[in-house]
Amino acid sequence: MAMKRRAGAVLALLMTSALVAAGCSGGGDDEAADTGSELYKNPVTLTWWHNASQDGPGKTYWEKVAKDFSTAHPTVKIEIEAIETNQLQRTRLPAALLSNDPPDIFQAWGGGEMREQVEADYLKDITEQVKGEVADIGSASEIWQVNGKQYGLPFRMGIEGVWYNKDMFAKAGITAPPTTFDELNAAVAKLKATNVIPIALGAGDKWPAAHWWYNFALRACSVDTLKKATTDRNFDDPCFVKAGQDLKAFIDTKPFQNNFIATPGQNDPTSANGLLANGKAAMELMGDWNRGTLDTVATDKAKLAKFLGWFPVPAISGSAGDPKAALGGGDGFACAKQAPAECVEFLKYIVSPEVQKGYAATGTGLPVAKGAADGVTDPALKSILTATSDATYVQLWLDTAYGSTVGNAMNDAIVAIFAGNGSPEKVVAAMKAAASK
Amino acid sequence: MTSTDQTRFPAGGVSAPPAGLRPAARPSARRAQTRRKWYEIVGLTTPALVVYVTFVLVPMGFAFYYSLFRWRGVGPPTEYVGFKNYVLAFQDPIFLDALRNNAIVVFGSLLIQGPIALGVALLLNRRFRGRSTFRLLAFVPYVLAEVTVGIMWKLILTGDGTVDVLLRAVGLGGFVQAWLADLDVVIWTLLFVLTWKYVGFAIILLLAGLSNVPDELTEAAAIDGASWWQIQRHITLPLLGPTIRIWMFLSMIGSLQVFDVVWVTSVPAVRSLGASATMATYMVDNGFFARLWGYGNAVAVILFVISFVAALLFQRFLLRRDIEGAITRRAN
Repeated sequence: MAMKRRAGAVLALLMTSALVAAGCSGGGDDEAADTGSELYKNPVTLTWWHNASQDGPGKTYWEKVAKDFSTAHPTVKIEIEAIETNQLQRTRLPAALLSNDPPDIFQAWGGGEMREQVEADYLKDITEQVKGEVADIGSASEIWQVNGKQYGLPFRMGIEGVWYNKDMFAKAGITAPPTTFDELNAAVAKLKATNVIPIALGAGDKWPAAHWWYNFALRACSVDTLKKATTDRNFDDPCFVKAGQDLKAFIDTKPFQNNFIATPGQNDPTSANGLLANGKAAMELMGDWNRGTLDTVATDKAKLAKFLGWFPVPAISGSAGDPKAALGGGDGFACAKQAPAECVEFLKYIVSPEVQKGYAATGTGLPVAKGAADGVTDPALKSILTATSDATYVQLWLDTAYGSTVGNAMNDAIVAIFAGNGSPEKVVAAMKAAASK
Repeated sequence: MTSTDQTRFPAGGVSAPPAGLRPAARPSARRAQTRRKWYEIVGLTTPALVVYVTFVLVPMGFAFYYSLFRWRGVGPPTEYVGFKNYVLAFQDPIFLDALRNNAIVVFGSLLIQGPIALGVALLLNRRFRGRSTFRLLAFVPYVLAEVTVGIMWKLILTGDGTVDVLLRAVGLGGFVQAWLADLDVVIWTLLFVLTWKYVGFAIILLLAGLSNVPDELTEAAAIDGASWWQIQRHITLPLLGPTIRIWMFLSMIGSLQVFDVVWVTSVPAVRSLGASATMATYMVDNGFFARLWGYGNAVAVILFVISFVAALLFQRFLLRRDIEGAITRRAN
């Protein structure tokens, strides 16, 4: 029996997920689905799947948001299920969407994955209902659009940059954050001289390493090439090979800690996060959520708050890319096709300035709604907000933009460069091969 | 496995002989008896069969069906590609790495755990103070949950972790490796963790086998002047044969399907480079993370076929004598 169990594991998982999904949302939303014409008349239960699964301000805040909404609209009951990101995105959600009983409102990351979900007719078209919100959020909401129609709304959006230890920079004699890669290389050399790890890298999780390549691609490729790559999955432009070559040259300067290939990205003290948070490394390339995740692994939070700084990814002089372009991404929510109309109302509530302000105050990420920026008090986060509005173009994380299949193959091939057995050409070849897989 | 028992009652057996050809009483009595037997069989096996069919056979059928499609797990599978996914798997160097790693774990487990378990079991079978405590200790790693063991060893083996510090403290700093990061070392690190985890199971199994070796034989041999080693070599070991073979079988199947400890202990990057991938982790990485559901199912089927064939061959050539009574002989 044991031998057969594994063979059916994929399916068994699928089936159990579907069962769990059924068990969670059997509360009576089925009958409510067709009463959309009259909002808040009939009692409905909204099932809400999000990824703030770790105990902390993020999780607590969503509980409060759900409670507040139910208090304002007593006919709506909200059942939350907080699921760890990988599980949610890779197994639970796809399985639930395949079943007849998906959650009503769930985490959506936009990009290639959302395109697939729309093509399978899983998502509710909310273009008409959320016009006001989209106008308020601005261009960031485009990531949750497919063919010009809105299928979800972001609650968090930010660009990526380098988080650094100001004290270590001062000690190494670095007076200003680097603005070009030449300056960054010089800073790395100075930091090495003071016997600290210049840059912490969580290559063990693959994506933290891959993001270095994304940034080199952003610097090497023109904005038009990047846009074309996202829509057509066309990676023929030589700039994608150039990105790998630049990355290789950068890795050869040995800016990272030892054994970075097995270092996890975040969530534990031995991770790259832990190295920066606890004063062992001077820099880390990471998104805006890092402020919150650094806190969870820091032994001395007050000290961390004092030394932590942020600067945008440096430019490469003489390259084709826009030096003011940035990589970024966000988190959003979408409503399932058959979800009751109240789902859209709840979604609008989540991105309302009032809720967004509270979200900003949790420090778990940057809000998207205008006017919520006042909620941001942390200086590092404030500099991200400025940089985000200064950015001429925000490219969605490449693995999200290209979808899981190309994204995964791309990340694997980039990690191989880091491990010393890949090549810039192989990354592009792997992306092309995956696109047809 | 229950099917061989059922062949005793071919479907034709229940059809009644034409009335009037035989004395009335005996056939009807026999018929009633046959019917009762059938009720028993149906009544007792149905619940198990239903569960088995629903959760084992049907998913297996689905897995095979899905493996013939190019399917991303979004919407129903529509793009039929035949056996292309199987061809792709055997063309992927990472999958071949995974196969090699599984082979290392299968043979490594047999060759390392076997002798250790035998030695410890023979030792723990002798009478001495605190024997039951030692027996308990030997079994503790096996009782621990896989994830617990994985996280524990991940922390112990991390760079500048417990192992590195200990080695340096005793002057063996030269032996320090990037246990979980060095692509050439990590599979052996994992083999060590798996051995540590599962050797207790082999020990407890062999101890049970040893308790079945009759004292009379060893006593008789001792009276005839056989040394302790001679007794072990010529009496205990041969009588332990069936237990050893069953353990080998279980260890092999477990090694082919090894997932949890590998998944938790090794990081995604090292797995994706093939250094620590096994067939099962490769299946999950590709099926769920690269969202290649059709392909992932193909890998699942390959894993099943390999395990199944290995199990059949093992039963045919090594286990035949041991399970003869249980499976092939008809009970009366």
